[in-house]
Amino acid sequence: MSTGTLPEVSRDGVTRDNASLRTFLHGLPGVDQVGAEARAAMLSTRSIKTTSKQWAIDMIISMIDLTTLEGADTPGKVRNLCAKARRPDPGDPATPHVAAVCVYGDLVTTAREALGDSGVRVAAVATAFPSGRASLTVKLADTKEAVAAGADEIDMVIDRGAFLSGRYLQVFEEIVAVKNASAPAHLKVILETGELATYDNVRRAAWLAMLAGGDFIKTSTGKISPAATLPVLLVMLEAVRDFRDSTGRQVGVKPAGGIRTSKDAIRHLVMVNETVGEDWLSPDWFRFGASTLLNDLLLQRQKLATGQYSGPDYITLD
Amino acid sequence: MPFDYAPAPESRSVVDIKASYGLFIGGEFTDATDGTPFKTISPSSEEVLAEVSEAGPSDVDRAVKAARQAFTGVWSRLGPAERGKYLYRIARIVQERARELAVLESLDNGKPIRESRDVDVPTAAAHFFYYAGWADKLDYAGLGSAPRPLGVAGQIIPWNFPLLMLAWKIAPALATGNTVVLKPAETTPLTALLFAEICQQADLPPGVVNIITGAGDTGQALVEHPDVDKIAFTGSTEVGKAIARTIAGTRKKVTLELGGKAANIVFDDAPIDQAVEGIVNGIFFNQGHVCCAGSRLLVQESVYDEVLDSLRRRLRTLRLGDPLDKNTDIGAINSAAQLARIRELSDIGEAEGAQRWSPPCELPEHGFWFPPTLFTGVSQSSRIAQEEIFGPVLSVLTFRTPDEAVAKANNTPYGLSAGVWTEKGSLILWMASRLRAGVVWANTFNRFDPTSPFGGYKESGFGREGGRQGLAGYVKDRRDV
Repeated sequence: MSTGTLPEVSRDGVTRDNASLRTFLHGLPGVDQVGAEARAAMLSTRSIKTTSKQWAIDMIISMIDLTTLEGADTPGKVRNLCAKARRPDPGDPATPHVAAVCVYGDLVTTAREALGDSGVRVAAVATAFPSGRASLTVKLADTKEAVAAGADEIDMVIDRGAFLSGRYLQVFEEIVAVKNASAPAHLKVILETGELATYDNVRRAAWLAMLAGGDFIKTSTGKISPAATLPVLLVMLEAVRDFRDSTGRQVGVKPAGGIRTSKDAIRHLVMVNETVGEDWLSPDWFRFGASTLLNDLLLQRQKLATGQYSGPDYITLD
Repeated sequence: MPFDYAPAPESRSVVDIKASYGLFIGGEFTDATDGTPFKTISPSSEEVLAEVSEAGPSDVDRAVKAARQAFTGVWSRLGPAERGKYLYRIARIVQERARELAVLESLDNGKPIRESRDVDVPTAAAHFFYYAGWADKLDYAGLGSAPRPLGVAGQIIPWNFPLLMLAWKIAPALATGNTVVLKPAETTPLTALLFAEICQQADLPPGVVNIITGAGDTGQALVEHPDVDKIAFTGSTEVGKAIARTIAGTRKKVTLELGGKAANIVFDDAPIDQAVEGIVNGIFFNQGHVCCAGSRLLVQESVYDEVLDSLRRRLRTLRLGDPLDKNTDIGAINSAAQLARIRELSDIGEAEGAQRWSPPCELPEHGFWFPPTLFTGVSQSSRIAQEEIFGPVLSVLTFRTPDEAVAKANNTPYGLSAGVWTEKGSLILWMASRLRAGVVWANTFNRFDPTSPFGGYKESGFGREGGRQGLAGYVKDRRDV
């Protein structure tokens, strides 16, 4: 589909220097906050029942990046999580496995061993997650170590300080460097939208990350509130849609942080469906970064299968 | 595999529809004495919902007498705070019975339950709450000290927002101390009749609110009745003109809220994604059965392709079907007659050379349906750019400069509403001061709030409803005796 006056993206042109990049990013159409929030609220009223709920729950399970990012993480905790990731519901082998397990870099080896050839991927946060406050050398070393240890995917954070002070080219170059260092792993770029404050900034940061070669754009680290919100997801989905129209390259989206219930996750999936459509309705293009969400999905899944709620004691805690 | 939404119908069992309804006069349902009963159907299925009485001239007379008696005997003597208490009570009951009212509205009107549930009913309750607050503060409304009520108000409302228009009419009339005889539209009488039950439940003194059902003849009898002090009408410009002619030379006061052909103006620096939502909400909200619908899209030529591509893509996601399904975006056209009118004007649009486009869309077999439709290549002289279609049909025109946008937007006999989409605040103000429309929305469309006055310029009528200004139509002018 043609996009009329949407800027034709020539990487060399717009990223020639900071001024060009700034001109490009500030030339993107603005986001009206009231309108974006109203649209998100309207889509939240969609009522997903019976067969479509079943379909949505399985799809969401298969899109989860099952995450543990605590200072108290241990190899034992990660192994438990990996077992859960491979077989979320031991009582029902038809339950799909999750997309990936997401851990800190030092636990990648443990996760890699535990997941084996299950098809569940290993994602590692890197680049001085969650603050991003380290030198580029340290960030690149962090990234390379995780990839060397077997990470299939790298979740990096952008330098929000640089972004907010208008040093867009610095942010861009850092993402490009991390992208090069993380190859062949997939790169997810965390915008930390809770610190960007405006939807205009979210849209600009999303384009910046895509221009720099990010394979996914991700909302949040989960360490800052607000994390993933529906209006932010809407703006990011519009960005990946417009970016594909403009460049032909499809970029994935990952909301993360604060999505704890099936109902909330289904609202996110509805938004994907009605904003970018089926092309993004797959774990290759959409992920949920979550830890407690999976158990609520399993509870709902059992309820749909048996007609009754079993209760939290029948869902394993990992 | 696509993400299909399984049917999610709202239950009909919350509402109890009677087989037949009488007229609500003097606080009771009574049989009509001289009309022919008629049936009201569900426009989405053509199923008969109930039989409704037609009020003839003697029934209208009874209703006006009951209203007069209640005015002189009770309502005008009641302390203002007491009037407010009744209105607050009504507002709370409307909220308590919201689901029932929403289901009934969607059944009788054909509008999606999402709209009746999230817009019509809550906004109706909000109007009663808002005017309840004014009842004992009229001295501070800028209408002079101790403004006096007019007496008996005859109110005639349309079928597009049956309960909401009832609230717009009844709440300010009662707050200022008038009593009312209200006639709902013949295709959508049921929520007004349920509202009559709410008046009973609220112990509203008999005769303060009277609801009489019927079509044009009943309305005419009400307009012509000598003991009516005020006519408030919302509906077509044609009928509005006839009412104005009828009451010319009488002592009756009148406010008219009539048709529109609003321009929704999108500048090249607009927030495009939200503008597209606003365009959709502007014309496809309530199947376009909205007098202030943004039925003319004026797009700046430099963003034309981008806006139209986005708009077409968005229209493909609209869900048309069962009004009671919670995921329905576009419901049924209210009546066979309205459907015929929409078809006729759309055919004229095509014949005049405009390009017609609708998203792929399966229409249900029974009932009255029309797909969301865009016309591009429309010129200012096309009939579809001039006449009110009152359906889900958008005419797209272009402009180059703000001056041209203003000239085209104002080039219509109507003047009810307009929309402006731009990120530039100064341009919004510049446009708003030049657009001859009662409401100008900036970066939004079809937003209603009881605190905000609503009404038209030119052939869109006169008088304002809502806000402090909405009280003025129901109190005596200082020069009146």
